[in-house]
Amino acid sequence: MRQALPTDGQGLIARKVGSGSIGPVDLSIGHGACLCVAGRSGAGKSTLLRILADLVPHTGEVWLDGQAQSDMAAPLWRRSVTYVAPDSAWWAPRVRDHFQGDATHFSDRMRLPRDLLDAAPDRLSTGERQRLALIRALLGKPAVLLLDEPSAALDSDAVLRVENLLGEFLSEGGILVLVSHDDAQIQRMATDTLVLERVPA
Amino acid sequence: MSVLTLGSGEIAIAGGLISCSAGLSLALHMGIGRRLAWAALRMSLQLLAVGYLLRLLFRSENGLLVGLVMVVMLAAAAHEIGARQSGPRRWSEFLRNLLILCISAAGVALLGLTGLSRSGPAFDAQHVIPVFGIILGTAMNSAALTLHALKSQIAGARNRIEAQLALGRDMGEATRDLSRSAIVSGTIPIINQMAGAGIITLPGIMSGQVLAGQDPTQAAIYQIFLMALLALASVVCVALTGWLFIRSITDDRQRLRLDRLGS
Repeated sequence: MRQALPTDGQGLIARKVGSGSIGPVDLSIGHGACLCVAGRSGAGKSTLLRILADLVPHTGEVWLDGQAQSDMAAPLWRRSVTYVAPDSAWWAPRVRDHFQGDATHFSDRMRLPRDLLDAAPDRLSTGERQRLALIRALLGKPAVLLLDEPSAALDSDAVLRVENLLGEFLSEGGILVLVSHDDAQIQRMATDTLVLERVPA
Repeated sequence: MSVLTLGSGEIAIAGGLISCSAGLSLALHMGIGRRLAWAALRMSLQLLAVGYLLRLLFRSENGLLVGLVMVVMLAAAAHEIGARQSGPRRWSEFLRNLLILCISAAGVALLGLTGLSRSGPAFDAQHVIPVFGIILGTAMNSAALTLHALKSQIAGARNRIEAQLALGRDMGEATRDLSRSAIVSGTIPIINQMAGAGIITLPGIMSGQVLAGQDPTQAAIYQIFLMALLALASVVCVALTGWLFIRSITDDRQRLRLDRLGS
């Protein structure tokens, strides 16, 4: 079910984006599509996601539904194009303090006990934190989610629940860029794949 | 009330006291005799030099000369802030510290002297230099402590800051916790000084004035006025230091740019 490239400027489009460590990359993802980014460690997969979120200086331009990244205030852009790091970070005393809005819908879907929301983040397991970080991002209602190994620390059952939730996000017109080392996950999720090569020094 | 006049006799007694300390160190094998003697010699020469310099300055009534001395004091304080930090020292940081001190110390000193001038001439060297000096010292402490707290915590806070930026917060929001704790560090000395004043220590100005024959209640009022100036200088200083530091590690796209710290 390969998605046709959007020709009307809709979706997430990047032209010649790059930084010191990765070469110019073009990509184009329509609404409801999931682009999986593959490549060896050090090929710049995380850097690419961080460029798309404008978290690192880069060349080239990115558009979301025809709106250029450089024309938009950076915080506004990141609210639409949200990056979720592989190692989630927490800054407030309780998990709940990090959420804008009611998280119970998402936490129920992931079978996370509700009392986790009142826990201190550093008391939780890596896998719990990872899923809660995904919920944190989803609650901001982004148009694009940039997920950096979102299920690396999860058992197979939890992985499927996460994918299920991401499927829901896609079916509502969300755009997904996914970095994953799990070939089976890429098989299940990808509508398109991008393989990054390490830039020769 | 009598004011003592000190002279070469007192210098000799002071020298004797230092010799006692050094002798004690020697007798008890404490190994600090040489360092103690050297520090005492430095202290004496520095203070005598400053005393003579100030006497010259007060007598000359040359505004330009007073201004020059103040510039040297500012530059020395700005240098000291940088010297308290680890990592390479850079011109841009020196200039930033100079700017912080110009606004916080010089600005507040001007305010204070204007206040003092209601009760007599305050814009002469005899008032300007000491008032400016105490305020400058406090501002220097505050800036150095704030900067140290920021620099030592920023690397550990990196993921927390970036996670917040990624969710669409701006740099100010993402660094709020960090700034807040650095500001607390920077204002601890002045808050301690105020809270302990009179109970734990008799502040320097007040002690000095009482020794110089001033009425203690007058000296207290003088001290309160100066403490208020010091508090203001400290608060302005930590706020400026924090703001400029956060600015220096971000760019126009609200990114965290630790590469700009140039470590």
